Amino acid sequence: MVELRGVTKEFTDGRTRVRAVDDVSLDIDRGEIFGVIGYSGAGKSTLVRLINALEAPTAGTVSVDGTVLTGLPERRLRPARAGVGFIFQQFNLLSSRTVAGNVAYPLTVAGWDRASKAARVAELLDFVGLADKAGQRPSQLSGGQKQRVGIARALATSPALLLADEATSALDPETTRDVLDLLRRVNRELGVTIVVITHEMSVVTYLCDRVAVMDGGRVVELGDVYDIFANPREPVTRRFIATALHDRPRPDVVERLLERHQGRIVTVAVSDETATSTAITDVLRHHGVDSAIVYGGITEVGARPFGSLTLELTGAPDDVRTAIADLAARTEVVDHGGAGTPPGGPSGPDGPGGRATGTEAAR
Amino acid sequence: MSWSELGPLLGQALGQTLYMVVGTLLVGGVLGLVLGVALYVSRPRNLLPNRAVAGVLNVLVNTVRPIPFIIFVTAVQPAAIAVTGTSYGPTYALFAMAVMATFATSRIVEQNLVALDPGVVEAARAMGAGPVRIITTVLIPEALGPLILGYTFLFVAIVDMSAVVGAVAGGGLGNFAIVYGYQRYDYAVTWLTVAVIVVIVQLAQALGNLLARRVLRR
Ligand SMILES: Nc1ncnc2c1ncn2[C@@H]1O[C@H](COP(=O)(O)OP(=O)(O)OP(=O)(O)O)[C@@H](O)[C@H]1O
Ligand SMILES: [Mg+2]
Repeated sequence: MVELRGVTKEFTDGRTRVRAVDDVSLDIDRGEIFGVIGYSGAGKSTLVRLINALEAPTAGTVSVDGTVLTGLPERRLRPARAGVGFIFQQFNLLSSRTVAGNVAYPLTVAGWDRASKAARVAELLDFVGLADKAGQRPSQLSGGQKQRVGIARALATSPALLLADEATSALDPETTRDVLDLLRRVNRELGVTIVVITHEMSVVTYLCDRVAVMDGGRVVELGDVYDIFANPREPVTRRFIATALHDRPRPDVVERLLERHQGRIVTVAVSDETATSTAITDVLRHHGVDSAIVYGGITEVGARPFGSLTLELTGAPDDVRTAIADLAARTEVVDHGGAGTPPGGPSGPDGPGGRATGTEAAR
Repeated sequence: MSWSELGPLLGQALGQTLYMVVGTLLVGGVLGLVLGVALYVSRPRNLLPNRAVAGVLNVLVNTVRPIPFIIFVTAVQPAAIAVTGTSYGPTYALFAMAVMATFATSRIVEQNLVALDPGVVEAARAMGAGPVRIITTVLIPEALGPLILGYTFLFVAIVDMSAVVGAVAGGGLGNFAIVYGYQRYDYAVTWLTVAVIVVIVQLAQALGNLLARRVLRR
């Protein structure tokens, strides 16, 4: 659906040059929800503006739906832009028009006649659940309602691609959820490919199939959301993951856990294959080790369970040791020590330095 | 002079002032809108960024605007004669006023457009709208409330100009106050003229506020 090849965008601001997007190549597949996450200034907005041809790349090529946009004259870019929906953090509704007038605007640009416009606007407002607000002014709506209007407007010309730049960043958590659900419906029911720009990992976990992590204009990591979560390579990625999951105890928390509990404290990563919470409990029971949950959390990433549990293990020292070894063969385990044992450090199927990055991820 | 002689003269002067003011508002207002939009869209990173055009327009506006109006009226005489065919009276005055008003309006328009949220322009661009459509369906409608207030302010400034121009080029309430009030030491006539001007300004301001409120209540 979208193909970026070696795309670079530089801005010259007076004498200084900013490379907002730096040699990015990626493909966004038809029908997927693709996330782009990064901190402020990472180049996310510039990247979507390149996809929508609001900016022209300094180098590289951008193609959307089989059309190479790079190098096209402005006159040919306008219809291309009209074929891509765009929703904004600040909604960007026209205050001089009613809700219906805003949704009709792209249709007017596309040259629709009055009757077809009215029918399409009614259909769209119905889809986003705002049929009763058609005659109101944007200023009379709540943030969530404004964004629904923004989405209806973006969908007016039935685009195959929808770009959402921080579409929920101005909304409270509950409204965010509603808007994300609406975007999911847009994807499922209308088959629209969606690119979601965000700095919130929770948006990615809730909505996206794949994600690209941007840092300093580059895409530093890209893959299935679950894989990225399970196996983050870059420090930025880990920091984002840590914001979405508060499942791993920070070092000061570990210290308090060790003071508070008599047994051995270990953090065990939960995943959907070899280390479901049931499997973990089974292993411990098999070795005759008792466990109590002292910290942790399991959430869903890409509709699969993900997270970690910090357990207090009690039992014969040898049993505890073999139980930990057994768990470490299945999943990532961080041994915080306790019960007279110094910390065994991280261990896991990939060995040290592999995916056993629990303490770092928890930072 | 008796009031029965002055009355018709005052009426005629009022008519001339309204002619000059409304004419200036129309001509200068429209040209100023065009110039103001041009100043805005040619700014760097704007709709139609153009360093050369922006530079020339800014120098032009900044050169004309500071010229004291009473001097400007006399300085544009050759151009005024070429356009209006006269060097005296309300039509000549209207020419000088319209030119000055164009430049004054352009800055008012530009300021109000700069204050707009660039996001709405971005949204229109993202929907495939071209520059002309964006100017007419986004920029001007979105800035309409402040623009009406700006034009109301301009109206008052034009009334002021029309009084100045009366002293130099003849015609209108300004001329009437000078000739029949000031030069004849007849304060009653001067004050009456002032009262008429105050009423005009009040009416215009009230109308402007009303319209702006209508537009802004959305
Ligand atoms: N038009 C421009 N002119 C100059 N520099 C720009 C321009 N647009 C973006 N930049 C610079 O490019 C870099 C990336 O900006 P961009 O807006 O793409 O970041 P972002 O990831 O969207 O950040 P945020 O989360 O704050 O929206 C920043 O350093 C920014 O200052
Ligand atoms: Mg941004």
